[in-house]
Amino acid sequence: MLKTFRKGGIHPEENKITAGKPIVDLPVPPVVILPTLQHIGTPATVLVKKGDKVKTGQMIAAGEGFIAANVHSSVTGTVTRVDKFTDASGYKRMAIEIGTGADEWMDDIDTGPGLVREISISIPEIMVRIWDKGIVGMGGATFPTHVKMAFPRGKKASILIINGAECEPYITADHSLMLEKGEEILIGIRIIMDALGVEKAIVGVENNKYDGIENLRKFSDKYPGISIQGLKVKYPQGSEKHLIKSLLGREVPSGGLPIDIGTVIFNIGTMYAVYEAVQKNKPLISRIVTVTGKSLKYPSNFRVRIGTPVSELIKAAGGLPENANKIIAGGPMMGKALNTLEVPVTKGMSGLLVLDDVESGRKPVQNCIRCSRCVSVCPMGIEPYLIMAMVEKEKCEFLDDCHINDCMECGSCSYICPANRPLLDYIRLGKTKLKKRKQALKEAE
Amino acid sequence: MSMITVSPAPHDHTQETVKKLMYGVLIALVPASIVSVIFFGVGTIILILTSMLSCVAFEYLIQKYILKNESTISDGSAMVTGLLLALCLPADIPFWIVIIGSLVAIGVAKMSFGGLGNNPFNPAIVGRVFLFVSFPVQMSTYPKPLQNWFAYTDAATGATPLGMMKEGIKNNETISDIMSKVPDYIDMFLGKMGGSAGEISAIALIIGFIYLLARKIITLHIPISILLTVVIFTGILWKSDPARYADPLFHLLSGGLLLGAIFMATDYVTSPMTASGMWVYGIGIGIITVLIRVFGAYPEGVQFAILIMNAFVPLINKYIKPARFGERLKNE
Repeated sequence: MLKTFRKGGIHPEENKITAGKPIVDLPVPPVVILPTLQHIGTPATVLVKKGDKVKTGQMIAAGEGFIAANVHSSVTGTVTRVDKFTDASGYKRMAIEIGTGADEWMDDIDTGPGLVREISISIPEIMVRIWDKGIVGMGGATFPTHVKMAFPRGKKASILIINGAECEPYITADHSLMLEKGEEILIGIRIIMDALGVEKAIVGVENNKYDGIENLRKFSDKYPGISIQGLKVKYPQGSEKHLIKSLLGREVPSGGLPIDIGTVIFNIGTMYAVYEAVQKNKPLISRIVTVTGKSLKYPSNFRVRIGTPVSELIKAAGGLPENANKIIAGGPMMGKALNTLEVPVTKGMSGLLVLDDVESGRKPVQNCIRCSRCVSVCPMGIEPYLIMAMVEKEKCEFLDDCHINDCMECGSCSYICPANRPLLDYIRLGKTKLKKRKQALKEAE
Repeated sequence: MSMITVSPAPHDHTQETVKKLMYGVLIALVPASIVSVIFFGVGTIILILTSMLSCVAFEYLIQKYILKNESTISDGSAMVTGLLLALCLPADIPFWIVIIGSLVAIGVAKMSFGGLGNNPFNPAIVGRVFLFVSFPVQMSTYPKPLQNWFAYTDAATGATPLGMMKEGIKNNETISDIMSKVPDYIDMFLGKMGGSAGEISAIALIIGFIYLLARKIITLHIPISILLTVVIFTGILWKSDPARYADPLFHLLSGGLLLGAIFMATDYVTSPMTASGMWVYGIGIGIITVLIRVFGAYPEGVQFAILIMNAFVPLINKYIKPARFGERLKNE
């Protein structure tokens, strides 16, 4: 039986062009750019200066404070610049540029191909290892993993959920991991289960990755407490709250966190990173990136060193096609459009999508015909058309009553609108306006 | 790569457009139009062409000379209004009356509120009701089906089944007496009876309904809630006194109920935004329809019922909200 959530959702064309393609190691690029902020939280503090020689896996920026993450060098070479570079957000942010030489790994990293099944370190050591190796959520939100594992006082997790939905069209990064690193993922889950003292874990996978489900099930008998559950293909199935709803039938309260209902949720890619960090002592210095698009010559799943410029990935996939018009970091529903190819791959970048001029264009905006499609597809049960009207008419005082901050920006409303109205653009604008209004009211008091 | 586009997510969009939806409605009305031409002849053709052309022309002229904004006639909504207006008029109505109806539908009910998306009342029904009040004679005689194909305004006229019912009840006839005069249910199902051009054939309207559902142009909520309410309400009356009240099937097959429930009440602009709101709206239309038909002065009440419930739509939208994700837990 496939599970899913009931309220809302859409089914865009899946376009999983790279499904089932093997993971290909991308050669180490001549230069990498490693931003100090690749996670949610405060930027890491730079530990190196220009001219320093670094090895692969060496820590080069240290996370300070609780919500932070370490950054490690993904290559061996010389620091050539410590400066501000444009990242995928379009802003210039502090980053470390390294010119690469012969690949030489840190001595304490196990670079062998062997599978390490036995978990030999203690729970506190696991926690330290995860913090130390700079592990963050690999699904895109890049929330530091150690923060999720430390619950607020009085809260307890009874069930672990692993997100393998990968509901974004085109992207197959998690899928390729499921196919090639199935047992490693399960060991990663076991590690987290031990560390959190949780007896039960459910891996939710959309059914368009049936071979992935099969592969995980092949090993799951060996790892008690872990079950693999198929999910109906529906966007946004990979939303944390909706995955919990599908698997447990429970709804995270508005403004709340999964731990409020006794669960923690991690991405399947994060579990592989945890396996590598704990069993192989390997920091988070590489990840799988799906480079895809209908007009690309060689769409592929690449294993890429973090910090590799996006242009290298495009080159490896056959170069930018003539009609390329939009390059997106992530999937078509929630990804960010890039304004330059010189941005580096970061810890949270699961895909790189090239759209042509036809696919990337926006169509002229028409009057709202009140067809109610945006309301019926909204997975959060809010009314996008109403919020857009309120923002257009500058009625920001009503936005709280419209529950604008429940919106998780999945984009289903903008996707479905037959009048091509940019509903999500206005919701984002409304959120900012509401925040400003609240600040102004506070100051006036 | 000369230029790249940078815009916020989402970067994917459905292939559905307003234009495709409107043309879908037109396609769904084709069976009803064909049946009408078969039964009422050339009159229907003149009626449909006049209505559609004048609706499009009025929208074009108003946008060009009064509103001075970009023309929206290509979105197809004026054609839908034109066709719906034609299908709820008698086929033998003089063409100049149809033009007046189109002017009221497009000019008053639609464009004066700001065009597609802004009108509180269904334009086709406003046009129809305006004509009904202004030209009561022409609007309450209906041509008999299957006479001379070229008859047009010379066609012999007769009452609709609902008209016969109202007349009979007034003359204290029993239901069984009246039922012996009206066409049998098979004829009513196929459309062999007096009535407005497009409302006669249940089978043609149901084919259109299935098409609308299959193309996902409308959802089941509104038509089903209206029809269920009518069946239950008239069923209770019929069970309580079968000599005075007609059975539910008669109400389903007669008059403009199916046309109204499937094509007019489901108009996006003038119907509620949530599924539960649609149920309230549909039940309201069903109740008012039966009240007018059974207890009111007019034989038919679907159009009035839809207009009345149109007026309640803003209120329904204000008070009936979609169920929010996560709220259930907060209230635990």
